[in-house]
Amino acid sequence: MYIDTALEQGQGVRDVKIFAWNRFIKRFGRLSAYVVLAGALVCSGFSVYGAQRPPATADHSKFEALQGPFENAQEVTEACLGCHTEAGEQIRATTHWTWTYKHPETGQTLGKSKVINSFCGMAITNEPRCTSCHVGYGWEDMGQPPPTADNAVDCLVCHDTTGDYWKFPTLAGHPTYTPREWPKGSGNMVQPPDLELIAQNVGASGRANCGSCHFYGGGADGVKHGDLDSSLVGPPRSLDVHMSPDGLDFACADCHTSWGHEVAGSRYQVNAADTQGIDVPGHTDLSRASCQSCHGDSPHPQQKLNDHVDTLACQTCHVPEFARGGVPTKVWWDWSTAGRLDDDGQPITEYDEHGHPSYLSEKGDFRHGENVVPTYAWFDGTVKYTLVDEKLDVAHPPVEINRIEGSPEDPGSRIWPFKVMHGKQPYDTERKTLLATHVFGADDSSLWSNFSWPRALKAGSEMSGMPFSGSYDFIETTMHWPITHMVPPAEMALDCASCHAQNSRLAGLPGIYMPGHSGNIWLDRIGWLLVALTLIGVVLHGLARILLKGRKQP
Amino acid sequence: MSRVMIYKRFERFWHWFQALLIFTLLFTGFEIHGSYSVIGFGEAARLHTLAAWSLIILWLFAIFWHVTTGEWRQYIPTRNKLFAVIRYYLIGTFTGEPHPYRKTTRAKHNPLQRLAYLFFKLMITPVIWLSGLLYLFYNDWPATLSNALELETVALVHTAAAFAMLVFIIAHVYMATMGPRLTSLIKPMVTGYEDLEENR
Repeated sequence: MYIDTALEQGQGVRDVKIFAWNRFIKRFGRLSAYVVLAGALVCSGFSVYGAQRPPATADHSKFEALQGPFENAQEVTEACLGCHTEAGEQIRATTHWTWTYKHPETGQTLGKSKVINSFCGMAITNEPRCTSCHVGYGWEDMGQPPPTADNAVDCLVCHDTTGDYWKFPTLAGHPTYTPREWPKGSGNMVQPPDLELIAQNVGASGRANCGSCHFYGGGADGVKHGDLDSSLVGPPRSLDVHMSPDGLDFACADCHTSWGHEVAGSRYQVNAADTQGIDVPGHTDLSRASCQSCHGDSPHPQQKLNDHVDTLACQTCHVPEFARGGVPTKVWWDWSTAGRLDDDGQPITEYDEHGHPSYLSEKGDFRHGENVVPTYAWFDGTVKYTLVDEKLDVAHPPVEINRIEGSPEDPGSRIWPFKVMHGKQPYDTERKTLLATHVFGADDSSLWSNFSWPRALKAGSEMSGMPFSGSYDFIETTMHWPITHMVPPAEMALDCASCHAQNSRLAGLPGIYMPGHSGNIWLDRIGWLLVALTLIGVVLHGLARILLKGRKQP
Repeated sequence: MSRVMIYKRFERFWHWFQALLIFTLLFTGFEIHGSYSVIGFGEAARLHTLAAWSLIILWLFAIFWHVTTGEWRQYIPTRNKLFAVIRYYLIGTFTGEPHPYRKTTRAKHNPLQRLAYLFFKLMITPVIWLSGLLYLFYNDWPATLSNALELETVALVHTAAAFAMLVFIIAHVYMATMGPRLTSLIKPMVTGYEDLEENR
């Protein structure tokens, strides 16, 4: 009797299981049956770790269109679009392509083509260096919109699985097609990629794909975000429990889900308090770019910990420090000292005690941080930018390059961790605005080629069309970067006393009473005074009893 | 003199278990308050909550016991000999006067004790409980309550009551040594028996 016939004959599933088990024992012996059962149990235990992925329905190496040869990357794109007919149009509608973002709350037009940051300033005036991270090919002048040709979309930067595809830093999004030296003067030659091999091995985006741009923001590994750097390509569990190959092996896209190539999880408008709970198909929006999307809003077995979720973002306790993977992040960047040259007129490089650069003639003074304790603030998800045409309050530095909104009274706000970037950057002393800085370029006006601020700023103004009075100085600035990655296993989360203590991480934040930290100094003084007086009274009374004991007996 | 059972078995159990719980609550409570750091905030909070619930259950039993046995009458305040007792603790105890109060099984607390314990039971404990439960269930306050009351107020009241508790304990423990010998008042609370003078 076979199992399906047994089921058909109306026997219960349990009976059938017992039947199958007995049959197995008869055939292979009891011991082997137990070995197999134990093996199955162990394997099911392992299967908790390592994201399960369905097998692909297409083997791209079998596609005729992908056999090549390809002269350049655009030809690969044309091949992709032959089947993925809508992908190009979809990409061109995303922020990854437009580099502009109309903020629904503040009305500001943001995005890489508009904002100024406290790292290299603005992307505009620094093409093709900055546009090397554009998800396209050939955006050489940001005064113009991105190129419109169908084949200008870069499919490979997100879908290469070989790791050999690399957008060369100075080619406006292209990989190099001839052997090329990088970094300049290093003698290290970058070889052109094998586009046929790469095209035949395309697949879903992995950590390294997203990381090829997002890990290197600000000019180098880990510089900008603090919680995003190359250590997340293959992190140990202790660095990131979700992304670790020893843990869940999540790709970025497992949380940053996409909808027609539009990726969830914006830094300009953060979902600071996801109260929707676990996202269920058919019920919610299917985006998983929040902790609550999978963990819900009462994830702890202890009620008191769940009581914290209406005040704290998950990240506040669960990302105890950032830049933990061995890659430092910049925490201070003083552009005002850039341009100092040695006696021979050559640029200078100095290093700090950890071997990180602390001075470069091209960029000024730096401070780097590793294992940095975040700064905490109320945050409702809205980030407002100080745009380049906005008047600054120069009398009260530091200038906030971006301001995060939120307050304890607002039910949509939570206390979030941030990397606060500090530094000094140029501003127009007459117009009282920040300035676009032309730092990169093989011309004689860029800061990195001639080390002259006046010329770099003048060029920046001419190239961007933003006015510059000609007089400039440097002003201290701060910029807030929400911290959300580098989540270690739960046992490495902050303990209670990180905040509930005299020396509290959340000291000074308004609207919260934290036992162990907060209190009333006068209540304590009066309370302990009464306790002390009682003790003194008791001691004196007791002493008197002892001293007068002799007289007591009649 | 006759040897009588003055503190019943339940009463003694209640007293000593309550003492243990109150000491635990004071120790963990002032750690939660931030006065020192010994076992860590998280552990202190866990123990504090556990001890609080234990004490609440113990008190439910004690209230039941007081009501059903009529022992609650022991705490009815009286002015009879109140000032004589106060005078004794201030002066008489040094000059060798006898204690003005004669204990009986039906009135085993002197007038000052009655007042002190009544204050303990009707003032300190209810305040500490009510504020403590509000504190514990802060997140579940209905909107009308959270609009009217701040957690900070609750925390300060709870702390103030804890100071009152500590003052009470110090005085209580000291006065327990003021019998004819150091232990003569403590021993009955352990064995239950005390030698009382015939006083009918």
